[in-house]
Amino acid sequence: MELLSGGEMIARALEDEGVEFIFGYPGGAVLHIYDALFKSCKVPHILVRHEQAATHAADGYARATGKPGVVLVTSGPGATNAITGIATAYMDSIPMVVLSGQVMSHLIGEDAFQETDMLGISRPIVKHSFQVTKTEEIPEMIKKAFYIASSGRPGPVVVDLPKDLTNPHDKYEYNYPKKVKLRSYTPASRGHSGQIKKAASLLLAAKRPVIYAGGGVVQGNASPQLRELAQELNFPVTNTLMGLGAYPGSDRQFLGMLGMHGFYEANNAMHHSDVILAVGARFDDRVTNTTSKFCPGAKIIHIDIDPAAISKTVNADVPIVGPVDSVLTELIALVRELRAEEPTLPDQDALGHWWKQIDEWRDHHGLWTAPRYDTTTPYIKPQQVIETLCKVTGGKAFVTSDVGQHQMFAAQYYKFDEPRRWINSGGLGTMGFGLPAAMGVKLAFPDADVACVTGEGSIQMNIQELSTCAQYKIPVKILNLYNGYLGMVKQWQDMQYDGRYSESVYEDSLPDFIKLAEAYQHSGVKVTQLSDLEEAMKEVFARKNELVFMDIHVDPHEHVYPMHVAPNGSMRDMWLNKTERT
Amino acid sequence: MRRIISVLMENEPGALSRVVGLFSQRGYNIETLNVAPTEDPTMSRLTLTTIGDDHKIEQITKHLNRLVDVVKLVDLSEGAHIERELMLVKVRATGAQRAEIKRCTDIFRGQIVDVGPSVYTIQVTGAADKLDSFLEAVGEAAIMEVVRSGVSGIARGEKVLSL
Repeated sequence: MELLSGGEMIARALEDEGVEFIFGYPGGAVLHIYDALFKSCKVPHILVRHEQAATHAADGYARATGKPGVVLVTSGPGATNAITGIATAYMDSIPMVVLSGQVMSHLIGEDAFQETDMLGISRPIVKHSFQVTKTEEIPEMIKKAFYIASSGRPGPVVVDLPKDLTNPHDKYEYNYPKKVKLRSYTPASRGHSGQIKKAASLLLAAKRPVIYAGGGVVQGNASPQLRELAQELNFPVTNTLMGLGAYPGSDRQFLGMLGMHGFYEANNAMHHSDVILAVGARFDDRVTNTTSKFCPGAKIIHIDIDPAAISKTVNADVPIVGPVDSVLTELIALVRELRAEEPTLPDQDALGHWWKQIDEWRDHHGLWTAPRYDTTTPYIKPQQVIETLCKVTGGKAFVTSDVGQHQMFAAQYYKFDEPRRWINSGGLGTMGFGLPAAMGVKLAFPDADVACVTGEGSIQMNIQELSTCAQYKIPVKILNLYNGYLGMVKQWQDMQYDGRYSESVYEDSLPDFIKLAEAYQHSGVKVTQLSDLEEAMKEVFARKNELVFMDIHVDPHEHVYPMHVAPNGSMRDMWLNKTERT
Repeated sequence: MRRIISVLMENEPGALSRVVGLFSQRGYNIETLNVAPTEDPTMSRLTLTTIGDDHKIEQITKHLNRLVDVVKLVDLSEGAHIERELMLVKVRATGAQRAEIKRCTDIFRGQIVDVGPSVYTIQVTGAADKLDSFLEAVGEAAIMEVVRSGVSGIARGEKVLSL
């Protein structure tokens, strides 16, 4: 029997859980824990420069690896600083365990120094949370936290740790449970076979089908099954912003992203479809446009691990609750069985016509069939930056992004062939996500190219992490699409506010990003000419062991298109450029 | 439509705030709410009434089910059920009023549980609409204070909500 203090239990439990990195920041309430980490913990700790970055780094790690990210912060401001990152992970269903310090038990509720009600503040943005009340509970609670965070629909779990319970002098028996069971928590382990049968028949009866796959396919590791099913049936596939890479970007059957800034062919295919197979997607408002006008002729099959995601905004005709990988596996088997009996299904003539129609849409305004942006301006186009990035990295890089125009350009123009390569804050839309997320990814995959596509607005929200990158030698590449504005805000102001740029202009206030990178012991490259872009980027990516900040000056007036017409538009109602709409 | 949702949940600190928080967070209404431990002290039974169409109620039950502390739940209004609420009413009772209020209490099968020189405290139990009717019968002018427990409910017949 081994006796450990609360702090030592935490250090040991993280080892026993197989944690690879702790992202954190010390402070009064967690000093016992940090001392235990110092004395004996095999798990490396990454000291960030702001707790928000700790959560984003853990999040990036989790998105890239599929394993829960681990965060350790102190009470009060440490905990509240972590909130944005927890909310980001919650919105995108990312597994994360956040250990937050708390004031000593007897001080809770007394407005003690650095006290905040972390459980209360985080309640709406966590999958679950615990407050430890006895040191002996720590191992089991940590096990439960990891289990809940990573099973079912994943999400962040907070464990609040009052300081006295981590005291080095109070030692208790330590047993890390191999498994935990919660009577009140049993995620669906497989889909309903009757519903899967209905889905198979509906798919085989389809004349204008489309597969609409979201982040659930990525999180549920169901990419191989998705590919198999789509290819078995020769059905077109569109991915959501969160689902990019779930289906290979360079495959013929891929229609590109759908939604507000989705591809013309993807949005049209959805609108005109007769059967939609939605997999691990949630009919988000940025996808559907006006729900009452959403895909009027379509029967909808919806597979999701979370019953609450089904028929939330758009009614599903065939709901299937279950893990997407196992449901798709069953669905593939059934489809094959049915096709063995009736090999002519689905109707090949109809499918042929459907593909012909899709190809016409592609030729008319597909982003990948011809440049849809104006190439006659003297500026580098942001789209060209992403196209160049895709070319230089062979489409194989991990690309993180912040939020805004650069994020949409990256989503549209980088062809992700593998899941978990596209790392962005889709649900919450958190500026400042990109750089710390890239750190988490790069630590997990030190040999891979990791690019953070960002803008001057977003990068400044967590710019301090350049210091963390210097301390731990994390050689990510930063691509700053510099346009001197908050680009997406400006775009909306152009389109809906007659060009009144209320607080979206930086004027001459921006730092010299190259000097800034140098101040943090890194280097930078500024690019203003298209003719220099590819060569410069090649050189940057050849510098494997350095963090390089690429400051790329792009057209300040470019807009992201297509863009859904709103309000009251349907999926197919889009602006195609500044003057032309469908 | 008014619904009675009965929830069996872990008797843990924070469990109630998760349920209540869910309602405010997602913009659902709670009309009444009550919660107490069950025969198994590790579990609490929470009963709430809410108003919404089928879609909203489905969302509410799904989101409640998603809470890790929630063990099981049932929408009692979907089947035959018994609904009860307890109400304590303090009324001004003087002169001829005293006999009138006593009669009214008897009609509603209530009990006068405390008597003062000019005040009665009356206990009435029943479905919520019965309690409403009692208040109407006594009349606003006489009523000094009303305390209602919120609705409790249980399914009729063999059906039970338990582990």
